[in-house]
Amino acid sequence: MSARLTFHTVLVLLALCAILVAILRHMETGIPFFPGQEKSVWLVEARVDFVAKGGAVDASLSLPDKQLPGFELYEEQSASPGYGFSIVRENGDRRAEWTKREARGEQSLYYSAQFVASDTADSATADPVYEDHPIYWDDAQELAAGQVLGRAQETSSSPQSLSRELIKLLNNPSSDQNTALLRSDQTSQAQLLMRLLDRAGIATRSVMGLYLEDARRRQVLMPMVEIHTGERWLLFNPKTGETGVPINLLLWHRGGVSVLDVTGGRRSHVSFSMIRQTISARQLSMAKGSESIFSRLGVLRLPIEEQSMFKLLLLLPLGAAVVVFMRVIIGLQTAGTFMPILISLAFLQTSLLPGLISFVSVVGIGLVLRSYLSRLNLLLVARIATLIVLVIFVISALSIIGYQMGYSTGMTITFFPMIIIAWTIERMSILWEEEGPHEVLIQGGGSLVVAVIAYLLMQWPLLKHLTFNFPELNLVLLALILAMGKYTGYKLSELRRFRAMDDL
Amino acid sequence: MGIAWIKPARLRQQGMLGMNCRNVEFINRYNDRRLYPLVDNKLKTKLLAQEYGVPTPRLQFVVREQHEISHIERQLVDRETFVLKPAKGSGGKGILVVVGRRGDRFIKNSGVEIDVADIRRHMSNILAGLYSLGGTPDVVVIEDLIAFDECFAGYSHEGVPDIRIIVFRGYPVMAMLRLATHASDGKANLHQGAVGLGLAMDSGRCLNAVQFSRRIKSHPDTARPLNDIHIAGWRDILILAAQCHDMIGLGYIGTDIVLDQHLGPQLLELNARPGLSIQIANGRGLLPRLRHVESLQERRQMPAEQRVDYAMRKFAEPDAAAQGRAL
Repeated sequence: MSARLTFHTVLVLLALCAILVAILRHMETGIPFFPGQEKSVWLVEARVDFVAKGGAVDASLSLPDKQLPGFELYEEQSASPGYGFSIVRENGDRRAEWTKREARGEQSLYYSAQFVASDTADSATADPVYEDHPIYWDDAQELAAGQVLGRAQETSSSPQSLSRELIKLLNNPSSDQNTALLRSDQTSQAQLLMRLLDRAGIATRSVMGLYLEDARRRQVLMPMVEIHTGERWLLFNPKTGETGVPINLLLWHRGGVSVLDVTGGRRSHVSFSMIRQTISARQLSMAKGSESIFSRLGVLRLPIEEQSMFKLLLLLPLGAAVVVFMRVIIGLQTAGTFMPILISLAFLQTSLLPGLISFVSVVGIGLVLRSYLSRLNLLLVARIATLIVLVIFVISALSIIGYQMGYSTGMTITFFPMIIIAWTIERMSILWEEEGPHEVLIQGGGSLVVAVIAYLLMQWPLLKHLTFNFPELNLVLLALILAMGKYTGYKLSELRRFRAMDDL
Repeated sequence: MGIAWIKPARLRQQGMLGMNCRNVEFINRYNDRRLYPLVDNKLKTKLLAQEYGVPTPRLQFVVREQHEISHIERQLVDRETFVLKPAKGSGGKGILVVVGRRGDRFIKNSGVEIDVADIRRHMSNILAGLYSLGGTPDVVVIEDLIAFDECFAGYSHEGVPDIRIIVFRGYPVMAMLRLATHASDGKANLHQGAVGLGLAMDSGRCLNAVQFSRRIKSHPDTARPLNDIHIAGWRDILILAAQCHDMIGLGYIGTDIVLDQHLGPQLLELNARPGLSIQIANGRGLLPRLRHVESLQERRQMPAEQRVDYAMRKFAEPDAAAQGRAL
């Protein structure tokens, strides 16, 4: 009795340890216990192209701050073979610097960063005002600028309203000769707006923004203008007059010097491509908690390919526990002890109903074929090998027919392990001959029931999430399996089997 | 009938042994895995029985290789009757009983005639492991056919009635007679529809009969009343069963014994995982008897006869004894 007590104490301790480790992991790495808390992540790639002249090259690209209004940068990398790369800070501006002793011809440098949408406030709105860039206008421009400003000032009362009025005027050049004159000369509306505001004594700074749209390539930075209202900086879209930072605008470059400087090269150009990834909160915490022992010992550190394998492997204990439960506690008969797990793994890939239909039909057709084979008087191994070949033909035929009829579900059957199917057919067919179709139905049905239950549990997102992110929770399953291994009570099926004992 | 389920408390009260309990507390505890091959392989059991002088149907010959099958008719030429079985078969699978010859053809116990090609195919299936546990290669055992005792005439359909006795640590604890029926296709397995007949440990008298877990009074095929079955020479049969423990060394076994008209009780095979239906056939649970044997502190190994006498006394049916006196 005391050995039994020790056993159960160990089991409880095992389960408690597992839960404790899971809780610690949760606290340490911030991996949530529930799935589906997902954030959208933007993967933005900047590509710098230029033609190197043959000598030393020094390319410098302005980078966004780590904390941006509405976004948070959490990972950045550079891919530029042969170049030295470093991220430097110059006058409050973060810049990527690529350097190379000797380069000739077309060069492409890449910098990519991942941004997460966040609700961080814009810290730069409180930046002090710098006195800068003296403005040079020629006489005609000076006159035109004065008149435009005058018209705008008539209908405005504050720096904000002045900016809005100016944008309105600039957007409608045909209405006024002065604006038309100014516009013809200036390269961008943003620059023109800044100069006009400067002339009116309002501090401005230029901002380069990137509108985030999913799966866009060859995007360029959008020039924006920030004006100082006297208290804080306010962003204006020089085209539309909208104020504030739009939710999908990434402020790549702010104030400072140029966006891109290339020495030793010409025709330099920067373009952006971006993609939106919906990755779960767990991947974020992975990157964030990268120094913690838990994330170091987690499966998440493995390459993506192996991770997907582990995703499946770590689900197996669940299936095993289901099989033990159904056999030990319920007393369901299955054909082959762990065959139901293999079937349920196949269901995971085919989804339930198509998988079920294909499995039953393949086994059914196989049974018919097998009954013909038994007349040939073959050796067992040869017979099963024949069956494997035939099963492959049946599956191919089903796939082709399914495809012709417009169902792609026919294909899914190919995931089923052939050998397992062949053996199942052989076993079922012997069972049929020896014990009759009744027993085939009982065992085949039992296997399918167990497989379906295992499948339903294994595809439950919560359990998927838990087994993969908290592998230690499989120890709880282990404890359960061990406990069931010591269960000496009656099976549910025995309550029916022994029912004759009641009328004694 | 009518009751679909039984409460666990009621089963416990009756001392019914469940499968989980059997596996964990008896098979795992008292049966040394190392010894399993001796019972799982009927050829090994038979050779061991011959060594220990335990009566068993005589071994005629063994087929081990595929090439021996091609000229098997030479070995079968002067054999009128024989039983052909896989050494590692389970649940009566793959057993072919030939009860006579008609020229080149063989007559099965079911009356169906087969030819030598059928026998070849059957043998080749056995060798390939069709009937063996886990599909491992097997050998074919050909042995004498039991001339079964006239006392069972009219009680069994096709197959030979056999007596299953559970022997725990050398003590016979429960017994039943298994009668093949039409439904069981001549097989003696209860779940296939054979009739299970509980036998009183003290007298070998019928206690209770079941088919498909239901109580019956008469044989379903022959309608002969089952209540008056009384096995003669009961003590000898129990002794034979008890000897099997000494021979095989396993703590918890099921012994299958058949009665030969001329040779008396014969050991057919042993089972290291005997089923639980015997309890239904007896209408009694195994657990109290097993616990009693477990509690016996006797270290010194008693001879089989003494153990049998003890079991016949200890597990006697009180009402049966009273009835016996009344008669």
